[in-house]
Amino acid sequence: MSIDARFRLRQGEFLLDVDLSLPGEGVTVIFGASGAGKSTLLRCVAGLEQATAGALSVNGVVWQREAFFLPVHQRALGVVFQEPSLFPHLNGAGNLRYGLKRTPVHERRISWDDVVQLLGIGPVLQQYPHTMSGGERQRIALGRALLASPRLLLLDEPLAALDDARKAEILPFLEQLRDHFSVPMLYVTHSLREVARLADSLVLLEAGKVRAHGPLQAMLSRLDLPLALVEDAGVVIEAVVAEHDAQWHLSRLEFSGGSLWVTRSSEPLGAAVRCRVLARDVSLALERNENSSIVNLLQAEVVEVAAADFPAHLLVKLDAGGTIILSRITRQSQARIHIFPGKRFWVQIKSVALLR
Amino acid sequence: MMLSADDMTALWVTVQLAAVSTGLLLLLATPLAWWLAHTRWRGRALIEALVTLPLVLPPTVLGFYLLLLLGPQGAVGGFLERIGVGHLAFSFSGLVVGSMVYSLPFVVQPLHNAFAATGSRVLEAAATLRAASLDRFLTISLPLARRGYLTAAVLAFAHTLGEFGVIIMLGGNIPGETRVASIAIYNHVEAMDYAAAHALALILVVLSLSLLTLVYALNRRLRIVGVTG
Repeated sequence: MSIDARFRLRQGEFLLDVDLSLPGEGVTVIFGASGAGKSTLLRCVAGLEQATAGALSVNGVVWQREAFFLPVHQRALGVVFQEPSLFPHLNGAGNLRYGLKRTPVHERRISWDDVVQLLGIGPVLQQYPHTMSGGERQRIALGRALLASPRLLLLDEPLAALDDARKAEILPFLEQLRDHFSVPMLYVTHSLREVARLADSLVLLEAGKVRAHGPLQAMLSRLDLPLALVEDAGVVIEAVVAEHDAQWHLSRLEFSGGSLWVTRSSEPLGAAVRCRVLARDVSLALERNENSSIVNLLQAEVVEVAAADFPAHLLVKLDAGGTIILSRITRQSQARIHIFPGKRFWVQIKSVALLR
Repeated sequence: MMLSADDMTALWVTVQLAAVSTGLLLLLATPLAWWLAHTRWRGRALIEALVTLPLVLPPTVLGFYLLLLLGPQGAVGGFLERIGVGHLAFSFSGLVVGSMVYSLPFVVQPLHNAFAATGSRVLEAAATLRAASLDRFLTISLPLARRGYLTAAVLAFAHTLGEFGVIIMLGGNIPGETRVASIAIYNHVEAMDYAAAHALALILVVLSLSLLTLVYALNRRLRIVGVTG
């Protein structure tokens, strides 16, 4: 199961030149600065741009190869643009039905009720787009794409046009979409927060070319990529809820390298969760320091040390029992406590963000 | 105010002429307006200028060339003559062709604007929802351009009602065939029958005013808020 895409497309000065083999399931985020070619790549996959040279197959179905080019309307895909692009002359239900009606009955895998319930769009079915809020429109656009029973869902910065409150409203829906409908998604964004929450794997685009791609955790912990150089660089840890502590309103998450305490989660025991640990919130100590306010302590071994975003800083990559953690320290600290590969430290984690 | 039987006939010819040429124009201008709204061809400006030309040319100039073209010696008229249909000068069909050229800009402009305003995004969205191109046109472009069609239809109809110069050059003055209301009014004035001219003129004013009022009123009702959704 894979999505194999090879495109070469020139637009003026810009050249998109990619050759990718992506997992055929889960969420693959296409990440990069604006102008890196993220949307163009997505439009090539959709068939909205025709690459001069290209080949594309989605889980075994060929959409493009040499002279063969399957027109957009014959591709079983769903696209959600940054602007919801609803049909203004149709109400919510009419928009949802548009793709559904054109999907042959035997290809329909996603039910109306599921979509309406999951996206919470029951109340706006009779409304016209101009009376809906931005978040409602984007949910209708998502539902409309889903109801055409796509084999691949393409999302082009679907949250970028929304304010933070609306983003927070839509993000959980996107997560449920991924978990509930098992449609592979290509998701374009330049927000690391969305990456951390949604991505299973990551493609890093730079000036029309693939700088690197791979599973999320591996990509986020690579010190040679610009992902490690941004202010909120950090890793994502997959864990399981192991314990709730009613007295202190905390929950304990267990993962291969140990466990972490986070503020009380509403997830049940045993639930798989994802949390994010930023490099700037991780400090290193030679000895276990019990006289500190820091709750989360792990033991880990230094794997690699590299330059960070500022000359004063270094990034340290650590292995805590198989789980990679990044720490951002000063060069001065490195000199003082001699941080080098192979040495073991106590890792103090000041803050853990529970993503879900 | 009573109209003579001849004036009634002239009025009826006028309304028929306006209806037929408007209907045909809407059909023929649709692909042209669609093409203008979507092409990136550099020569587009020339086509747009040609479409707008009838708006600025004196109707007599337009009528003169149409007469040459559609008459028995003209390229079109001669051809029709040879295949046995007969040339188009001094006939109702000739007037229809003349009116269509005369009112072309009034139809193409609103349709072009309407198609351009729809933008490509919603059409792309429709394509990703399994709609083929004709399907997209019928279910998205056409309904979203309904204001454009209404405006185009009423403007073309009203404009043809008031046509004079093209008709006098091309159609002459045959009662029941090519004598339209504006020609009849001209005849009455020539004959110093101001009362008859007044009756017919007033009818044209009222008719045109009601049509334009209708288009403005309906336009408001049909307004689609937030075109991009």
